[in-house]
Amino acid sequence: MALKNERDLGFKSLLLGVLLTLGLFGVSQPAKAEYADVVINNYADAAGMRPAVFPHWFHRIRFRCKVCHADLGFKFKAGGNKITMAKIIDGQFCGACHNGEVAWSVENCAMCHSGIPGTPTHFHGSTLQRLVAPAYRPLDAKKASKK
Amino acid sequence: MNYKNKMISVLYAVVIAVCGLGIAGQAAAGSGVSEVRPLLLAAADVSSANIFNRNLKKPKKHNPPPPEDGIHDTSNEATFSLQAPLEAYKGLPKTTFGNRVDWVKAIDQGLIKPRWDRLDSNEEPFVMDLDIVRPVKASVPDVVFPHRQHTEWLFCSNCHPAIFIPQKGANQINMSAILLGKKCGVCHGKVSFPIETKTCKKCHSKPKPKDWKPPLSEATLKNPWK
Repeated sequence: MALKNERDLGFKSLLLGVLLTLGLFGVSQPAKAEYADVVINNYADAAGMRPAVFPHWFHRIRFRCKVCHADLGFKFKAGGNKITMAKIIDGQFCGACHNGEVAWSVENCAMCHSGIPGTPTHFHGSTLQRLVAPAYRPLDAKKASKK
Repeated sequence: MNYKNKMISVLYAVVIAVCGLGIAGQAAAGSGVSEVRPLLLAAADVSSANIFNRNLKKPKKHNPPPPEDGIHDTSNEATFSLQAPLEAYKGLPKTTFGNRVDWVKAIDQGLIKPRWDRLDSNEEPFVMDLDIVRPVKASVPDVVFPHRQHTEWLFCSNCHPAIFIPQKGANQINMSAILLGKKCGVCHGKVSFPIETKTCKKCHSKPKPKDWKPPLSEATLKNPWK
């Protein structure tokens, strides 16, 4: 099965082929993305939107943890905040800064909603994810994004 | 006869000298590469089976730009306008884990100035310099928890009292809980430095006294055949 799939995909999707093979042989996917990137997909997939990707590294250069996690009320849990666009436009969560004053505002949809469709909510590169639940991405995730 | 031999050897010398000059001239003219190339080819022909760590995992590429990181969709144009981590990390102190940036050092040296307030760049953090020593039963060094580095980033209410009860002896902590994302693991292993063999000593930093002996278990103490 694995070999047939790889042949069908051709040269351009060689990377996907490698990933598929790795997945089929039970090898955990290599953690490539930046440490502490969070994919938030509570509602995005269902709404036909790409999941949002939050880069911790970019924000911690500009703000201390306290600003978001104490003042703005972000819980220490990926996907535990039930963030919706309505709340953001209302000035809660991301909307406290992403309002066109402190940072760019919400009309730049694709800057946040840039994840591969079908990627579940998770904390990228976390110990828990590496040790307990490494396979987080469905094998046909890339195929779905091409449609 | 002798004279003739001498003449022949001189002739050879002249021929060799001329050849040498010719080659030198060629080299000077820039076509001397042909003299070097065979050497390079020879080096390239040597089998790659001779390298070190041939069968080990290839070193991972760290801090890839968003389009190559495997979680950003490359069919989304905005993915390509997102900043690449390495662009931002230039000049920051390095480590060998997590983001590969020593964030605490970066803030201590004033290389980054993250805001303590959402709007006010000048507001100073409420830093508390208090080290908590937590004795560890096993033979690993005891844990020293520094409040200073933590209060540079966080506010008291982030940890107390939901994650840690602010009372001596009230918190049961073990590595399994941390690895599963509880206690210290709420941040360490997700955002702040991860739990790896390289980072054990960052927390387990106070060596046991020289006369330290592992505590005997109750079963050993009660053993009638001891």
